[in-house]
Amino acid sequence: MSQLFDRSSNALARTTMALAVVLAAGGLGLVLSLGQTSWVTRQNLLIKQPIQFSHDHHVGQIGISCGYCHTAYERSSSAGIPPTATCMNCHSQIWAQAPILEPVRASFRSGQPLEWVRVHDLPEFVYFDHSIHVAKGVGCETCHGRIDEMAGVTQAAPLTMAWCLDCHRDPVRNLRPRSEVTTMGWKPPENLAELQQELAREYNVQSKMSCSTCHR
Amino acid sequence: MRPERLFACALLALGIALAGCRQDMHDQPRLKPLRESEFFRDGSGARPIPAHTVARGNLRADTVFYTGKWADGQLADGLPPQVPFGRALLERGRDRYGVFCAPCHDSAGTARGMVVRRGFKQPTSFHDPRLREARLGHFVDVMTNGFGAMSSYASQIPPEDRWAIAAYVRALQLAEHAPVAELSAEDRERLAASGANP
Ligand code: HEC
Ligand code: HEC
Ligand code: HEC
Ligand code: HEC
Ligand code: HEC
Ligand code: HEC
Repeated sequence: MSQLFDRSSNALARTTMALAVVLAAGGLGLVLSLGQTSWVTRQNLLIKQPIQFSHDHHVGQIGISCGYCHTAYERSSSAGIPPTATCMNCHSQIWAQAPILEPVRASFRSGQPLEWVRVHDLPEFVYFDHSIHVAKGVGCETCHGRIDEMAGVTQAAPLTMAWCLDCHRDPVRNLRPRSEVTTMGWKPPENLAELQQELAREYNVQSKMSCSTCHR
Repeated sequence: MRPERLFACALLALGIALAGCRQDMHDQPRLKPLRESEFFRDGSGARPIPAHTVARGNLRADTVFYTGKWADGQLADGLPPQVPFGRALLERGRDRYGVFCAPCHDSAGTARGMVVRRGFKQPTSFHDPRLREARLGHFVDVMTNGFGAMSSYASQIPPEDRWAIAAYVRALQLAEHAPVAELSAEDRERLAASGANP
């Protein structure tokens, strides 16, 4: 009986083996790097909301400050999402008949809150707190980007652990005066590095790297 | 190693890696602010306060501090004892005034803010003689209970900030009518440089 496989199939077998290794390594690499892509971190993803609320319009053009709606940013772990009553402070008269605002009026009449869809969503095993960051002089812009130019909010940062740690390792270079935390498009002064050193001393800013800072 | 074995190993490794993609730990029944909950019937993790409950520290027996009025309904004529007067109070007042009032009353108090320019009812200027005469408590009362077309800001502004804003509005009123002679030499120079007509 003649041999089933001739000599050339040795090469074939070797190539298959090599390919299998490359494929397995590639697959593993793919799975590991998937976590960093915006497909998983949901970075820059535009989410459909019950009403097309525009920060561009309200903050950028009309000039309303973040604190008017996100009232808890100085005091609480959560910055807070405004209740319908806050919208009605102005929309009781402005665009009071506009069909686009009917869901707001319906919610105000019935007392049933508007169901905004979360844009930023850290896992449940992570603890985050707005008040400490704001009190130590980290601006909204640093983490959320130019909100005042967004017609619909998207997540500007990846919100991965590496991202948090990147700042926590050396927070000083991300500081600004407390009075400027809600400013969008802040123009840093010439002597920025000096100013930041000074602020770090004044606010007593520390580098918080222990696991229990964020996992508690 | 034989190719099948190698392949099996690779598959196993891939399987273990993929098992890490489960989201159970990301979405636990733990409640954080503003998250939804499957536990409560209304689907909200935030619980409304049951009727007639008073949370600790929220009895608000001190009516002047919380409303600007004495128990007999008289408007307060000055700051309550919890709110010490000083530069810090006015600084805080200026900051909060810019956030909550300037959209309508504008940064000078002349009632020509952006929202008014877009069609909201125009309020009385803070430099109107009637409001210059008004007691400090009037401003706190308006913020707490609303006034005509203006809604209440009690849920958005805590009481100590309401007093800070009222104090700042009073400072705005005084500044508008301050005689040039009362300014410091430095401020007078700045005024002259700006070319303004006092
Ligand atoms: C007029 C009210 C208003 C003002 C002023 C305002 N916001 Fe918002 N903001 C909202 C509402 C309503 C939502 C929820 C709808 C959405 O996500 O678009 C929101 C959502 C957000 C979100 C996303 C929240 C999430 O779901 O993760 C961020 C971040 C945010 N705002 C930041 C800011 C910053 C920073 C400023 C100041 C520069 C600001 N906002 C000013 C009303 C406001
Ligand atoms: C250090 C980074 C950082 C800074 C500074 C920051 N945020 Fe956030 N913000 C976050 C993260 C992270 C989340 C998601 C929190 C979560 O999922 O629990 C978030 C969520 C939000 C939300 C959604 C509601 C909530 O609180 O979960 C709003 C609104 C918001 N931020 C507004 C602001 C405003 C306004 C400022 C400035 C005063 C600000 N943020 C400053 C990181 C930051
Ligand atoms: C401080 C006043 C103020 C508050 C508070 C406010 N708005 Fe507005 N809103 C305005 C003004 C002014 C306009 C623009 C009118 C114009 O351009 O003529 C506007 C326009 C809009 C529009 C239509 C134009 C656009 O931006 O696409 C929508 C929708 C809207 N607002 C939704 C909301 C919602 C939802 C809230 C509550 C979270 C809210 N607004 C809170 C003042 C306000
Ligand atoms: C741009 C810089 C920056 C980023 C990004 C950032 N932080 Fe922070 N964080 C700080 C600073 C500054 C402090 C204050 C440290 C101090 O002096 O106590 C802080 C403090 C904290 C604290 C409070 C520490 C304590 O002891 O109470 C927590 C919790 C925290 N950060 C969580 C996070 C998480 C979670 C993320 C990522 C989602 C994050 N931070 C991203 C700058 C940052
Ligand atoms: C500054 C805040 C911060 C600190 C400090 C921190 N973490 Fe995290 N960690 C996070 C955030 C945010 C996530 C969620 C990342 C995501 O969703 O992609 C996370 C996720 C994780 C995860 C899950 C990873 C996954 O793929 O889901 C583990 C495990 C973890 N951290 C361990 C640690 C350990 C161990 C330490 C101490 C050496 C530590 N963390 C310190 C913020 C922090
Ligand atoms: C959305 C626009 C708007 C905002 C924001 C606003 N107001 Fe008003 N305010 C009005 C209007 C309109 C009136 C006149 C109401 C009327 O006559 O029906 C008014 C009236 C007043 C009055 C009463 C004046 C009088 O005639 O006795 C005071 C005091 C006042 N506002 C103070 C404030 C303070 C302090 C803030 C900030 C916390 C503020 N307002 C924010 C629109 C606004």
